[in-house]
Amino acid sequence: MNRHDDETPATPGRFWRGIGRHGLAIVTLSFLGLFVAAVLSIILADVFSRFFHFRMLPEMFRSPQVVAAMKLSAFTSGVTLGLVVVVCIPVGYALSRYRFPGHALVDTIVDLPIVMPPLAIGVSLLVLFASEPGKWLGRGMDGIGWDRNAAAGIILCQFLLSAPFAIRAAKSAFDGVDRGLEGLAMTLGCTPMKAFWRVALPLAGSGLSAGCIMAWARAVGLYGPLMVFVGCVRGKSEVLPNTIYLEISTGGIEVALAATMVMIALAGVALVAIHALAGGRRWWGV
Amino acid sequence: MIHVRDISLQAGTFVMEEVSLRVAPGEYFMLMGQTGSGKSLLIKTICGLVRPAAGSVHIDGQDVTRAEPRLRNIGYMPQDCGLFPHLNVIRNVVFSLRARGVGRSEAARTAQPLIDMLGIDHLRRRRCEGLSGGERQKVALARALAGEPKVLLLDEPVSALDEPTRREVCAELRQVQRHLGIATIHVCHSLEEARSVGDRVGIMHAGRVHQTGTVEELSANPRTDAVARLMNVAGPQDRRTETT
Repeated sequence: MNRHDDETPATPGRFWRGIGRHGLAIVTLSFLGLFVAAVLSIILADVFSRFFHFRMLPEMFRSPQVVAAMKLSAFTSGVTLGLVVVVCIPVGYALSRYRFPGHALVDTIVDLPIVMPPLAIGVSLLVLFASEPGKWLGRGMDGIGWDRNAAAGIILCQFLLSAPFAIRAAKSAFDGVDRGLEGLAMTLGCTPMKAFWRVALPLAGSGLSAGCIMAWARAVGLYGPLMVFVGCVRGKSEVLPNTIYLEISTGGIEVALAATMVMIALAGVALVAIHALAGGRRWWGV
Repeated sequence: MIHVRDISLQAGTFVMEEVSLRVAPGEYFMLMGQTGSGKSLLIKTICGLVRPAAGSVHIDGQDVTRAEPRLRNIGYMPQDCGLFPHLNVIRNVVFSLRARGVGRSEAARTAQPLIDMLGIDHLRRRRCEGLSGGERQKVALARALAGEPKVLLLDEPVSALDEPTRREVCAELRQVQRHLGIATIHVCHSLEEARSVGDRVGIMHAGRVHQTGTVEELSANPRTDAVARLMNVAGPQDRRTETT
């Protein structure tokens, strides 16, 4: 039978409804697109015409401040990503698979840093490490190179602020994996750990990767809590967002622009990666 | 070969009470019952995926009640086949061998006779999502058998198939089981399926095994009304009503 035989024949009413529906979508998208493009173009054209020339680009990236900030950002966000992978994936798995006493409480606490204002978390950390138990904790971490005003403090802050996103993403990813498949893998010779590695992890892989990238992107862009908890000392605790702030404060708009460009590029790459991994769709299509 | 002794357990509001079952070596045992009678739960208990509150499970003479599923030497095929969507057909089939540390090429060599027997060689590199219902059943069966298990547990293996494919797969299941001589429990709803494939049938109802025997024995002498209903014959209650 012809594939079109059972389709309702096109009528003028359907035709106009179709035009109306698509037309509305096209008008809305065009309006939004034009608006966003126009506003962005005006801002960028203004900023770049005044402060930026492409011939300055190599020089900007040779700026010792930008290079040092990029290195520290890469190092701290890299370590944070490692911690996120090691800590958040098992926590997300446990929250997804097991019901234990206090499950609901843990689930709620995980969400706390998402809903709390970031600055409040910075202040909370500052108060914690100024208290006696906090000082004791700091002394205990001396052995692993703890310094609140340097990389260790940045990593702690980045981890606390980005981990909840990764845990939430990991839990959702594991929720989407049929747990019966893990049981089946165990009847086929897997230990529970092997079933996790061979079945649950690959099946949740896209969601986990997207969650980790999201956490990393948040760690790279973190600013407010870092300023409160770690502070900003040139060459010691200066990451890219701090560079932007410091350079703007001191009139170094060119260097601030270079740092901004790096961060926009990183955010763009992260966004494309998250969409490609999480949706499994072409980001340029439907 | 399979000996389930006085298994009792509770899953939510469902209660299974003192279920006992014995399947001889090489026997094809059909487990029949209405939806919600506890058949799948019993199969999962034999697999080790559900732990009983009381009773014991013996496979090949060994008490495996507390053993991990991987140590029970079973081949299990769940209702929806449970093919791993991230693996292609050949990787699904050799999964149990790879999980036990067999190398990739050796695992493929070991599974080849089974693949040939089930006629799925042409599917080796296919992704599982594109397979037809019958092909999925064959791949899942090959995977369950690849580890050379002592017993085969099939949870409604043909319930999602159309009638001609169901008959074809049932015939194939019976043929493979005869060829390998492996003790098998096959869960089903259909009397026709039980008659065409099984050596013996067990009737489960409301968490209890009511009766076991051949289809003819159960049809001739159903001990309870639940058995009679599934066998499409008059039960004890009906006979009492007729007498009065």
